[in-house]
Amino acid sequence: MKLVTAIIQPHRVDEVRAALEAAGVKGVTVSEAAGYGRQKGHTEVYRGAEYTVDLVPKTRLEVLVDDADAATVTEAIVSAAQTGKIGDGKVWVVPVDDVARVRTGEHGADAL
Amino acid sequence: MDFTLDTGNTAWIIVATALVLLMTPGLAFFYGGMVRTKSVLNMMMMSFISIFTVAVVWVVYVYGLAFGPGEGLFGSISGLIGLNGYADADGLGAGVGIPALVMVAFQATFAIITVALISGSVADRMKFGAWTLFTVIWVSLVYAPIAHGVWGGGLLGSFSPSTVIDFAGGTVVHINAGVAGLVLALLLGTRKGFGKEPMKPHNLPFVMLGSALLWFGWFGFNAGSEWAADATAGRAFLNTLVAPGIAALAWLLVEKIRDGKPTSLGGASGIVAGLVAITPAAAAVDTWGALAIGAIAGAICAMAVSLKYKFGYDDSLDVVGVHLVGGVIGTVLLGFFANLDEGTTWAPDGALNGLFYGGDFTQLASQIIGALVAIVYSGVLTLIIGLALKYTIGIRVAEEVEVAGIDLAEHGETAYEEAL
Repeated sequence: MKLVTAIIQPHRVDEVRAALEAAGVKGVTVSEAAGYGRQKGHTEVYRGAEYTVDLVPKTRLEVLVDDADAATVTEAIVSAAQTGKIGDGKVWVVPVDDVARVRTGEHGADAL
Repeated sequence: MDFTLDTGNTAWIIVATALVLLMTPGLAFFYGGMVRTKSVLNMMMMSFISIFTVAVVWVVYVYGLAFGPGEGLFGSISGLIGLNGYADADGLGAGVGIPALVMVAFQATFAIITVALISGSVADRMKFGAWTLFTVIWVSLVYAPIAHGVWGGGLLGSFSPSTVIDFAGGTVVHINAGVAGLVLALLLGTRKGFGKEPMKPHNLPFVMLGSALLWFGWFGFNAGSEWAADATAGRAFLNTLVAPGIAALAWLLVEKIRDGKPTSLGGASGIVAGLVAITPAAAAVDTWGALAIGAIAGAICAMAVSLKYKFGYDDSLDVVGVHLVGGVIGTVLLGFFANLDEGTTWAPDGALNGLFYGGDFTQLASQIIGALVAIVYSGVLTLIIGLALKYTIGIRVAEEVEVAGIDLAEHGETAYEEAL
């Protein structure tokens, strides 16, 4: 099993969710995140005083998938989240030892 | 002396009093939105406590100091303690048929907002007890004599060659509060991280709400200052709509050119800058004068708020840049734009007209001297009061309190629940 984590532009969440659904993904966890990449932050001006805001708001998605689906899901996220502009985010995949479904106590692929 | 009640005037001033009082909670939102989440409650409470303390001391003795008879620095308070035996025929509104106590209440709301305005410069770092005490001492020793001088026939108004035009409070309220704010900011020192860390406003919708409430209340402030429901009040009313409108446009234009984008904070600030500048001039200029004063004030205040970074004083929410600068602009420009020939029942002979309306330099000189007297008196007295508090009970909270947030340390509360 794999955990696919994606940091994306907040305004692409709906498109990515639709793409995940089309790819057959049953569940996803979404959380608000803040950070910066190569684009760094941005500046805001209040009564003429310039402030550098280092952390830019982002959305984090986490999806647990079968090994065989990892590549498809990653591509689905990338193509749905892409705007081509700086700050589009990143997607990464890490192996997962075990997964348990709390309600039933199932383990492994059955719990996905 | 006989007293004949004028129901129209009385009704208007009662309503205007409620309008002016609403300005101070409005100011609490205007200022509260501009500070960070950790000090919004303290910021708002500094305005609210000004209502509480001034309302009480006003009826006990400060009204007498400001508006009681007398040609010296203060008015007299005899007969005014608890307002006993205060007859309508001897009251401030006797000539316009308004009962004495209505005028006492009306004038109280001006003193309240003036004190509250100062709090913008001391954000995040002033001991609440010291601020509370300051409100009482300052309204007694600074507000009362200046109001007495400009509006009550007292000493401080006697330096100018002709009557200083201050229709609703350019000197008494705005220059006065602006200078006091500057002095307190200097005595307190800068906030930890001032000019280095971002201290951006935590709730701009609060700021916009506050500016809207201030504007609404200001109609009572300016049009109420006529003390009558008449055409002059109507002129002040219209000018109170026009000047802030163009001032906000001017502020936004400066931002668009200088910073690239017109901001909501700039719009809200421009409203207040225009309101401040038109205050002394409200019924003393025609509509063209109001447009000119508003535009000039909006543009200059938009630039003046950056001065604190240049000179290193932490006037946190720009009491100086908006109220002192705007107050001086409105007061001095009256020397050019004052037009009392038409549309006004107040000094209709044109004797106080400005340079552009047939006047000579006398009125301009009077306006400048009036502004300077307010600056010097307020500056010196506020410095004395501030130093006395600083070296007795102390005025600044401990550094760890400032870092953790003054709300928790001084009030035992936090405004917002942290998310999980």
